Amino acid sequence: MATGSTTPIPVTDRAEASALPSLIKDAGLFALVTLGLCVPIVSYRTDLGQGIGLVITSRWGTVFALCAAIFVLRLVQQLYLTGRARRRAARAPVAEGASRLAAILAPITLVIALTLPLLAALLTGSLGEGRYWIDLGILILTYVMLGWGLNIVVGLAGLLDLGYVAFYAVGAYSYALLSTVFGLSFWICLPLAGLFAAAFGVLLGFPVLRLRGDYLAIVTLAFGEIIRLVLINWTDFSGGAAGISSIPRVSFFGLPFTAGENGFAATFGLNFNAMHRLVFLYYLILALALVTNLVTLRMRRLPLGRAWEALREDEIACRSLGIDTTITKLTAFALGAMFAGFAGSFFAVRQAFVSPESFNFLESAIILAIVVLGGMGSQIGVAIAAIVMIGAPELLRNLGFLKAVFGEGFDPNEYRLLLFGLAMVAMMVFRPRGLISERTPSVTIAERGR
Amino acid sequence: MTLATGITRLATLRDEPPAAGPGGPADPVLIVDHLTMRFGGLTAVNDLSFKVGRGDITALIGPNGAGKTTVFNCITGFYKPSEGMIRLMQKGGETYLLERLPGHDVNRLARVARTFQNIRLFPRMTVLENLLVAMHKPLMKASGFSILGILGLPAYRSAEKAGIEKAAAWLDRIGLTARADDAAGDLPYGDQRRLEIARAMCTDPVLLCLDEPAAGLNPRESAELNTLLRLIRDEYDTSVLLIEHDMSVVMQISDRIVVLDYGIKIADGTPDDIRTDTRVIAAYLGVDDEEVAAVEAEVGLTGTQAEIPA
Repeated sequence: MATGSTTPIPVTDRAEASALPSLIKDAGLFALVTLGLCVPIVSYRTDLGQGIGLVITSRWGTVFALCAAIFVLRLVQQLYLTGRARRRAARAPVAEGASRLAAILAPITLVIALTLPLLAALLTGSLGEGRYWIDLGILILTYVMLGWGLNIVVGLAGLLDLGYVAFYAVGAYSYALLSTVFGLSFWICLPLAGLFAAAFGVLLGFPVLRLRGDYLAIVTLAFGEIIRLVLINWTDFSGGAAGISSIPRVSFFGLPFTAGENGFAATFGLNFNAMHRLVFLYYLILALALVTNLVTLRMRRLPLGRAWEALREDEIACRSLGIDTTITKLTAFALGAMFAGFAGSFFAVRQAFVSPESFNFLESAIILAIVVLGGMGSQIGVAIAAIVMIGAPELLRNLGFLKAVFGEGFDPNEYRLLLFGLAMVAMMVFRPRGLISERTPSVTIAERGR
Repeated sequence: MTLATGITRLATLRDEPPAAGPGGPADPVLIVDHLTMRFGGLTAVNDLSFKVGRGDITALIGPNGAGKTTVFNCITGFYKPSEGMIRLMQKGGETYLLERLPGHDVNRLARVARTFQNIRLFPRMTVLENLLVAMHKPLMKASGFSILGILGLPAYRSAEKAGIEKAAAWLDRIGLTARADDAAGDLPYGDQRRLEIARAMCTDPVLLCLDEPAAGLNPRESAELNTLLRLIRDEYDTSVLLIEHDMSVVMQISDRIVVLDYGIKIADGTPDDIRTDTRVIAAYLGVDDEEVAAVEAEVGLTGTQAEIPA
């Protein structure tokens, strides 16, 4: 018995230790075979020369690129297969591993998010040079916030909402109209936009109270389209398809970001830099997103939040426990819509221009995809999914190195959505319940003594 | 909603003598009067009247399809009865007309809790969370309808702690403390049944309605269930109404038994009365061949029946 319990450990250790060199050898063999195949097929190419006869051009670069690609692919495949075998052997630690990974990722992501303008400035040389990264950060954080907002409705309350972008539009148009028509400042419009969007959330909530699943999805989808079509066709109110332009820019709690006497830079004794506003916008959306997160995390521990989750699990049981399902559903719709309203008014103040074009069904689909990819209900999962969904297509713009493989005529930009689609299919095959599918209990018995 | 509650409160019917049949319990917690439930052309429950005594365990039995679960759904607000009145009397004297309350108010105001024939837990939530969801009403109040709770005020924290204490006490009682943080859907069947009863009890009910609590339990688990139900009757101000097919449970723990067949009450009495009641035996086991023959002779079927021998 003693040997039985001790021997397996060194065996697996040895297996792991010997695994990597043997895998490299295996991948090297694959690369060698590729080389052997490529030499007659790929390495020389004959073209029609000037006049009569053929000209031989050598393409050794492509040959080596192909060999290297095969080497890497084989290595990754083998590593994945051995990894999977090991995971199968010890299934329980995987779940722990995923939640541990989330526990590590959350603070890292937060620190990067807090210092992004600084990082961008340091890495690219100056704040102006880092503009692209800060812009990307703002875009990603907007979707993180929308994802967290929709997570309340879809992830917690289990109400499939395909028209979430409607509330985003309500928030954006609230700010656009209130500021251009009544001249109200952003800081007054922000809470108003949230309230309007929440009111629309309740408005949508009432007719769909009895619907579930597919039927609910259809009605919410229609609601999203109705809002968009009203914005396009009610020209007197919303400016129609042309949208609303020259929306007032954001101010630093009353101090405008201008070069003049009373500007932000002059008041704080800084040199004027157009980037100040962008950095401020970045921190504004970060703060809004973090508030969304904090409220959601708090709600999960409150009876209303638990009632949302209970509603997702079993509506009939909820009713038998004295929970008013009407109020519970409406609050979920309203709170989710409110955060979309905040995000919408941020969108309007950042763009200084809104038009119905920005609020089409694709936006709803992207936000829903973020929630589903992240793992419904998981906050960090949704954040990571937003980074991947919004950031990855941007990063794929910088795939110049692929030209080395596929020739000069290859334009990676044309393929980035294809690659992205493939990545999403792979993701759904390997982690069908989302990136972080483990549900964290809102309360544990260990807290009894606390 | 508040208006409906007001009307229900006004409709205190204390002066009126109970209309249910004679020999019922002296201090009823629930009076079902002339309850009829029709689904289109089908009458599932027909003119049913019975009473549930305060502090009693009352069993509702009958063959399959007798209308027991329909009666339950009427009492707990899932169906609106076609006719009849269902009154719940709380100890303080408040009377609620259950058939007039919206579904969730049957539990929230009248404090009638129920379990389901096919268990309805919140499977992905933990055992502890399942019990805390049942304390929705007091916790909601403590959290200032979420507004104060969002701000993180200490009032809610202490209320939540008290809630967890209460849940922990119930977990000790049903022997699930060790599994408190596991998903409820991962529990074995018998544990899920007990958890559902504990969850219903966490709403502090006046009347607990159990729909086949012993279904699918082995004999040891059935015995445990009996102990649990007796404990609920003796230590809490909770009366129990249960539907059950397992006669070892029904006969051992019931103070009173109501027997239904084809939506009609055929017997109502103590377990000893029911055991010897010929109509109950007939409903469950069928009647003797001689009796069938006698009835057939009465309606003139004898000749034709006799010509088709087995």
